[in-house]
Formats: sequence, C-alpha cells, structure tokens
Amino acid sequence: MSVYSPPGTDGAIVTYESRYDHWIGGEYVPPVKGQYFQNPSPVTGQNFCEVARGTAEDVERALDAAHGAAGAWGRTSPAERANILNKIADRMEANLEKLAVAETWENGKPVRETMAADIPLAIDHFRYFAGALRAQEGSLGELDDDTVAYHFHEPLGVVAQIIPWNFPILMAVWKLAPALAAGNAVVLKPAEQTPASIHYWMSLVADLLPPGVLNIVNGFGVEAGKPLASSKRVAKVAFTGETTTGRLIMQYASENIIPVTLELGGKSPNIFFADVSRADDDFMDKALEGFAMFALNQGEVCTCPSRALIQQGHYSDFLAAGVKRVENIKQGNPLDTDTQVGAQASNDQLEKILSYFDIGRQEGAKVLTGGARADLGGDLSGGYYVQPTIFEGANSMRIFQEEIFGPVVSVTSFTDYADAIKIANDTLYGLGAGVWTREMNLAYRAGRDIKAGRVWTNCYHLYPAHAAFGGYKQSGIGRENHKMMLDHYQQTKNLLVSYSPKAMGFF
Amino acid sequence: MGARVDVTPAAAELIRSLRGQHGPLMFHQSGGCCDGSAPMCYPEGEFRTGSSDVLLEELRIDGVAEPVSFWMSTAQFEAWKHTHLTVDVVPGRGSGFSLEAPEGVRFLIRSRVLTPEELAALP
Repeated sequence: MSVYSPPGTDGAIVTYESRYDHWIGGEYVPPVKGQYFQNPSPVTGQNFCEVARGTAEDVERALDAAHGAAGAWGRTSPAERANILNKIADRMEANLEKLAVAETWENGKPVRETMAADIPLAIDHFRYFAGALRAQEGSLGELDDDTVAYHFHEPLGVVAQIIPWNFPILMAVWKLAPALAAGNAVVLKPAEQTPASIHYWMSLVADLLPPGVLNIVNGFGVEAGKPLASSKRVAKVAFTGETTTGRLIMQYASENIIPVTLELGGKSPNIFFADVSRADDDFMDKALEGFAMFALNQGEVCTCPSRALIQQGHYSDFLAAGVKRVENIKQGNPLDTDTQVGAQASNDQLEKILSYFDIGRQEGAKVLTGGARADLGGDLSGGYYVQPTIFEGANSMRIFQEEIFGPVVSVTSFTDYADAIKIANDTLYGLGAGVWTREMNLAYRAGRDIKAGRVWTNCYHLYPAHAAFGGYKQSGIGRENHKMMLDHYQQTKNLLVSYSPKAMGFF
Repeated sequence: MGARVDVTPAAAELIRSLRGQHGPLMFHQSGGCCDGSAPMCYPEGEFRTGSSDVLLEELRIDGVAEPVSFWMSTAQFEAWKHTHLTVDVVPGRGSGFSLEAPEGVRFLIRSRVLTPEELAALP
C-alpha cells in the first residue's frame, strides 16, 4: 500500500498551476471578460486551482486559431500525423503516474483505476488511431472501361468536442485521437466539474502539436459550451452527456446542417443466468466480480451495470454472495493505492444520488447494503463519498429506469430467457449490457437479442480500442473506440473520372 | 401547489433571479449520462419541445409574471408518471447548458410517490 501526496503538497509527484487560462493557438490566453471559477477536488471538497470562465468571445478566438491551423494540419501526411499521435502516447507513458494522480485529484476516482485503466487506455487509444490512420485507404470503383470513381477521405475541418467529467482525460482522448488522426483542428471544452486535468496533460504534450490544431476553452455550458455547439464555424459537434443537452446540440446542429455524434448514457442490464452458480469455481468468482462492477468509478460510467437481473433458481444464493462481495469493497482516500471506491465527482452529483436513495426507498425497494453518504473522517469529511449500495426491487421503479451515476445497483429476478430479454430491453436506453452464462449458445442469443450497442459477454467494463462503443435507442448516435470513428470525422470526396476521349453524344 | 411539480422556496428565489437576468424561462427534465436526471433550465423557447414531450406543469412563481413551463420527454414520463417532483437547488457546478450553473448552484429534483387519491385526481 502507498498513499500519494495531494498535488501541490510536500512529496507530491505532480503539481497543478494555481490558475489555468484558455489554451488557444498554442499559448495560454486569459479570458476576454477576465473571469475565473474555482475548481475543487472531490477528495476533500477544497479548491485547488482556478480556471478561466470562457464566453462566446473566447470561443471565437479559439475558432480563429483552429481555422488558421486546420488547412495545413489537414494536408500533413498520415505518417506525419500518426507519428505525432505516437509521440503523444510515448510522452503520456513516460508520465503515466503523474497523469494518474492528477486525474484522481480532480475527479475523485481511485488512483489504482487511473493507473491501471484511464491513462493506459488513453495512451493505447492514441496508438490505435495512429495505426488505424496509417492503414486507412480510400477506394476506387471501376465503373466501366473508361470511368473510375475514386473515393478519398478528407478532414471535416474544425470540429467541436464537449467532454464529460467522469473520465476527464480518457473521454477527451476518445474524441481527440480520431479527430486529430483524421486531420481536423479541434476546439475542446472540458466539463466545468473537471476543467484542469486536461491542462496538465497539455503541459506534457504541447510542444508536439502545431499551434491551433488543438484549442481548449474552459467555462460553463451555457456560457462557453453553447456558443461552441451552436457556432456556424464548426463542421461537427461531438458530445458525451445527457439527453436534454444532446437534443439541444442536435437542434443547434440542425440549424447549421452539420453532423453530431452523441453518447448519452444508459441503464445497462447485467444478466446472470442460473447456470453461473453451477460450480463454485473461477468463473463463479469472475461473475461475482462482474456483479460488483457497478461500483467501478463510483458508478460514474455511462455503461454502469446498474440493473442486475438474476435468474430465479440461484437468485438468493447468488445475490447473497454478491452482497458479501460488495461489502468487501474498500472505500477510502482515492490517492491510496489500496482504495477501490473513491469520491463522487461533485457535490451536485452526491446530492442527486442521495435523492435516488430517497425515492428508491419510497417506492418500496429494499436496501441490502449501503444506502447512505459515507463520512471517511479527517480531511476527507468534506469530500463527496457514497457507500456502494444494492437495492432490491422491480424494473418499473425509477431506480431501475434512470441513470443514477453513483455506486448503486438495482437488483431484480427473472424466470426464463424470454423474461430476461424483456426486462433487459424495458429501458429507454441501449448503451451497454452484460451477459453471464456458461452456455455459449445462450450467451450468443442473448447478446443478439439485447438492444444495446455493447454486450459484454462473461466480462464487463473492458474498454479496449478496436471494440466499437456506442448506443442504441436514446443512448446516442455514432461509435467511438474503433477505426469507424475516423469516418465520423471525415468527408468522403468522390472524383468521378472519365478516361474516354470521346464526347458522350448528348449534345 | 402543482399537481405534478412544485418548487422549494430556494428554487423559487433562484428562478426569480434567473428570470431577471434571462427573461421568461422553461425547464426540460433530462435523462441519461452524467448530469442526466437533472432538470435543465433555459430561456423559454430555447429548447424546442414537440410531439415527443409532455408539459407536466405551468409553474406559478411569486414575482415571476408568466408561468414557467416544465417539460419531460413522453418516453421518460412513462417511467416517472407515478411520482411528484419538487425542484430544489443545491450547491454545485452543474453542467449541460442550464442557466444556473455559473451561479455555483444546481437545480435538483426531489421526488415522492403520488398517493392513489392524487393519481385519481390527475388528468
């Protein structure tokens, strides 16, 4: 066990600046209106830096810089862009521990997750898109002896990206890597809850990118996000967040006739068929870990397996073992390498989770463990901690239908295969799902019948590059994490060429 | 008292202040990831509602001339219709494009289950 010192204190391996301006055109630029907002760490609830409070004027300056850089960047060779992405990955790898501690301090998630998942995945993501770009090629269609249709990939130009707070660096990289690989210039707005860790990342890689290719404007959604998302000067908007803002972004995009990609969350079912409990072996142990996965990242994951569906027959025994597994989770200081569950990212997030504990109980759901705020004492008393919580109830309850975004699972039983699929699909969303069974034919059928973009089969919460990630139904539009994301950041240019010397004969 | 939606005194105070700064207001209840399940407050008409939305309430706020509309998507309402909602406000950072976020506070929904009598009285 070891405990990292908070950034900026004696013995810390990483230090944040006391203030971050906007990163525009390859340099830090103060906000036009001169305003800043405080950025607290969820670990303690105490402010640790202040961040530029951007407005439409700042967004315009960032768009100026991006438009200035987009042409030349889009004309660089794929090899050149891929090399830069690989260098960014190398730089991140050399500073992995620092990036991990910086992100933990800002987001509240345990450092063992940032060390083992967030940052390594982000590094690999740059390398994946460097490789995917090198291997990408256009196509040609030989239409007849004289006529050929050539298809080229061209960048969109300047794109807007609005990043969520649950994985501040990884979610930024999911969007940045394909956009930059495809040759676009970017104006990126981090979440106002986690505005600083991307600047620490930028301090490590700033020299690798030409000025203006990536610009970061901080601020609140209504003041900075809206001018960016509704700008006539962006060719595409990518957003991860919730449905109302997603609709608003689509509405703005419709005014400008530009594409959007949206990732809007889910209420993911995690299905445990009775055969899971047939033996008390490694697989059973893995399935129980899969049940407890709802607590990963404090449940602040769009694909949180927040509805556990357990088949009658092994329901009571499996659930009892699941409760025991969850009660063994170690919650504590996120900077402690032994901590498994840390702090929620913000106070309003904490309050929202507590409001769901209230309505869950009112609707008659039974609390099997947890169900309250956690006070960890000392400096951590001001932090935003929630006990990992298991509710038992029915799928019609609101705690089964809404994304709580906390370490909360709602458990119910099902009778047979048809009942499992019916309950699994009885949701507005379709982002993630889990299927656990020793019977692979059953697993295959269930995976195909569940209306969700990602069905983890005998696993959960893996996010490797090269596995497409995105939603069915109200969970959004588009697929990240896969080379097909390049298409979301590219135009198709068709050159239709005639090699015939003869007139067509019409006139 | 709204049959489906109420506001706390603190939320009413914030609505009055936002009304002064931004003009007539509306709410649309969000769902999904991150700041989902939070009510979003916009200038009236900023968010285009349509046939996929339900108007839950026209909130009457003391000191606000016009009612503040409170909307939700029809599909989400199916899952929420048995509950009464109260708009409250808590310290927070907010997100999305909701108007109150720069004030350092966030609207929050508190819920209770409607009684059979209340449900019977609803249209």
